[in-house]
Parts: sequence; structure tokens; C-alpha cells
Amino acid sequence: MRKTFKLMLAVVAAMSLTLSAYAADYITLASTTSTENSGLFDAVLPKFTDATGIEVRVVAVGTGQAFEIARRGDADSLLVHDTAGEQRFVENGYASERADVMYNDFVLIGPASDPANIRTAENAAEAFSAIAKAEAPFASRGDDSGTNRAELRRWESAGVEPDGDWYRELGSGMGPTLNTAAAMDAYVMSDRATWVAFGNRQNLTLLFEGDKVLFNQYGSLLLSEEKHPHLKHDLAKQWHNWLLSEEGQQAIADFHVDGQQLFFPNAK
Amino acid sequence: MEDNAFCVALSLLVSLDAALFQIVVLSLKVSLMAVLIAAVLGFPLGAAVALWRFPGRGGVIVVLNALMGLPPVVAGLVVYLLLSRAGPLGELGFLFTPGAMVIAQVVLVLPILAALSRQKIEEMLGEYREQFISLGMSRARMMPTLLWDARFALLTVLLAGFGRASAEVGAVMMVGGNIDGVTRVMTTAIVLETGKGNLPLALGLGLVLLTLVMLINAGAYLVGEVTKRRLG
Repeated sequence: MRKTFKLMLAVVAAMSLTLSAYAADYITLASTTSTENSGLFDAVLPKFTDATGIEVRVVAVGTGQAFEIARRGDADSLLVHDTAGEQRFVENGYASERADVMYNDFVLIGPASDPANIRTAENAAEAFSAIAKAEAPFASRGDDSGTNRAELRRWESAGVEPDGDWYRELGSGMGPTLNTAAAMDAYVMSDRATWVAFGNRQNLTLLFEGDKVLFNQYGSLLLSEEKHPHLKHDLAKQWHNWLLSEEGQQAIADFHVDGQQLFFPNAK
Repeated sequence: MEDNAFCVALSLLVSLDAALFQIVVLSLKVSLMAVLIAAVLGFPLGAAVALWRFPGRGGVIVVLNALMGLPPVVAGLVVYLLLSRAGPLGELGFLFTPGAMVIAQVVLVLPILAALSRQKIEEMLGEYREQFISLGMSRARMMPTLLWDARFALLTVLLAGFGRASAEVGAVMMVGGNIDGVTRVMTTAIVLETGKGNLPLALGLGLVLLTLVMLINAGAYLVGEVTKRRLG
């Protein structure tokens, strides 16, 4: 009995050693599911690590949760897509600097039969009000993510209160929302990157794109040294600067899925 | 979508994909370690509750039994708040590491091990009591004897705990962050691939996980049978 107990303790001790071995130079980056799910990080991060020797560990969550992680001091750096929210984050003193990194756009996805006939819509507002008018099923992220916030702004400018059986708030990430939309033949607004890389489309197809209000800007934030002195600010700054450098911007531009460029660098 | 999940699972296993191998090893490490820590704490705890009579004992038993149903995401949230920089244990810098995942799984598994071993030990105590009394043994001396004699039943309890640990996703997702190459385990990889719409790959990973759990259970069963036979 005592032997078994001692053996167990020894195994636990040995395993905790192997678990705690990790690289010395790394930062934790809180970012969005769209950047992770599209494969952007797989393409870009190795180039940064080669150039600087710094490993970047990505925690991919919705933009709302990413802000919360950064606010609590649990990530060294932040790369998200909600410009208004990012500016508020800076104003509230949680971040010292915010910079444009890249953009892509949101697209409206729906069943190929297009019951609300948004294919022919002149602009995004018309497409959104057509969906509401037809009361065609619409799958919303409903998770306070950057995409969710952008979608809510589109309903507002279409002058529609999204409410009723047809409007379904799922409270999940972009990928799971697309899976659900595919299963219920619903309309859904997605960032282009996740849509292009998505593998379970079934009847869904891209129905509306190109209105400039569907612009989707990604920003990198340097977190506050005063609020969170324990963070790896030096390393995070190298990452931030590299993203904005010619090298980083080129790495973003070079990332393609099926021959299509998914993110367009636009650092100033 | 032509890919069959079984074919995907098979090719994943056969090709011994390096990334998959790393994920499998981490899954096993985290869950085994969590179960071992929970056993070191939980079995003596369960035995103690079975042996001693103290005020509020009924309450302790109810709480242990109820905590067996603790939703993983709640365990994850509690551990997240504890380990977050803004939380009481933030200084440790444990969040988003495998260590944090172990802690969260210990929280999930400990009540199962303690509650089930408490019940088993109490049953055995009924059978052994008169013998213990005739030998004049103290309660503290009874504990190791009971735990040792219950070892085969406790092995099954251990497996139940391991099943809970290896199957849950809510807690490890929250405190581990599903970081590629650092905290990505089987279950969080399955969630990620489902999110990408790679359903055959996700299901394939699920089959790999199931196979692993099956192998571990078969191994434990064999060990139990062999020892039983040797002891006659």
C-alpha cells in the first residue's frame, strides 16, 4: 500500500517535470478564431520565430473574450478585429498603442436557393433588410465577437430589429456557426477567411459581397505596461513591430488558400 | 466529404503523424497525471470519510456525490479565475500551460474518486469490522488495510476518473487555451477541426481517442485479472 502510494508520488513528480519544460522566449497572443481557423498563423508565425527566435502561443477566442483575457493580464499581446472596441481599450488605459495590421471583408452566406433573394441586392443594407422581410432563417454568432458586433451594426444601419423565430443567436464561434447554418439552410455573415477555409459547406454558398461597409479591419495592440507590469512587453513589442514591418506585411500577403489571398496588409 | 472517418482515423494512426503524436502524448500525460494526483488525494479522503464519524459527515458525502456531476466548463471557469493574473494564484503564471489543465482535471476527477472509494470502503468496513475490533486496530490503522483490500474495485474507480478526464473538453479549453503544440489535446483538437468544418478529420480524431481509452481500459483489466489469479 505504502509502496503503491510512493510509486504514484514518484510518477506524478516525474511527469510534472516533463510537463513544465517549455521554451524560454515566448509570448501568449490572444486572437480571434478567424485568424487561427483560416491557417494564417500557421503560415506567418514560423517566419516571425525564424527572424527573432520568439515563439508565439496563440489562444484563439472571440474578440470579446480576447479583450477580457488581455484586460485580466493573461496575454502579452492582442490581435483582434473590432476597431471601435480596440480604441475604447486604448482609451480605458488597457493598451498603450493600437495599429492597423491587415483587412479582409465580411461576406453574406446562405442557401443556394436564396429565398430572400439577396444575390441581386444593391448594397448590404438592402440584403439585410431582404432577409428580415422574408423572415428567412439567419444564424447569428451571438457571442460578442468582432464578427457578431459587425453584424449587429449592419442590422442597425438596415433599420431592422433582428427579432423573431427566424433570427437564431447561436453563441458560438464562426466555424460552429457555419456548421449550424449549413444544417438549417440559414443565412449567415462570415469573415471571408473562415468561409474560404471552411470544409463543410453543404448547400451554403456566397451570396453577397463587395459593399465597403463590410470591411473587416484587424488591429494589433500593445498592452499597458502600467496596468500589467508582469507581461513580456519587450517581446510583445517585437511581435507588434514585426507585424507592421515590410517583412511581416509581406508574410501576410503571401498567405493564400486555394490560390486566394485572404488577408490584405494595410499597416501605415 | 468523400473521406470516410474510419479511413481518416486509420491513416492518422498508420502514418503516425508527428503533430497528432504530440497531441496524443500530451492528452495522456495531462489526464494520467490528473488522475494520479486525484487518487493520491481522493482515496485517503474517501476512506477517511468512510471510517470516521464527525458532525456534518452527511453533508460532506452529499457534496462529494453532487460534485461528481460538476460541469467541466464550470470547473474550467473556477480554475481560470484562480490562475488568471487578476486572480489569487496569478503570480504562478500557470494559465495556458499543461499544468493548468492538470489542475482543472484534478478538480473534476477528485470528487469521483473520493465519493466512489468512500462508498466501497464503507461496504468493506461492514464486513471487516468485527475482525478489526478483535485485533484492537485504530481507525488510522484500518485505512491502509481497507484501501489495499479494495484495490481491484479502486482500479475500476480510477478508470472511471480517467474516462472523465480524457473525455472532457470544456475545462481544458478554458484554462489551456488550445495552443498549438503547447496545450492542444485530443478533445480540443476535435473541437477545432469541427469548427473548421473538417468533419471527417474531427471524427477520425474521435476514433483515435476512443481507441486509446479502450487500450488503457484493456490494459487495466488485464493487470487486474493477472494479479487476481496470482493471488488465487
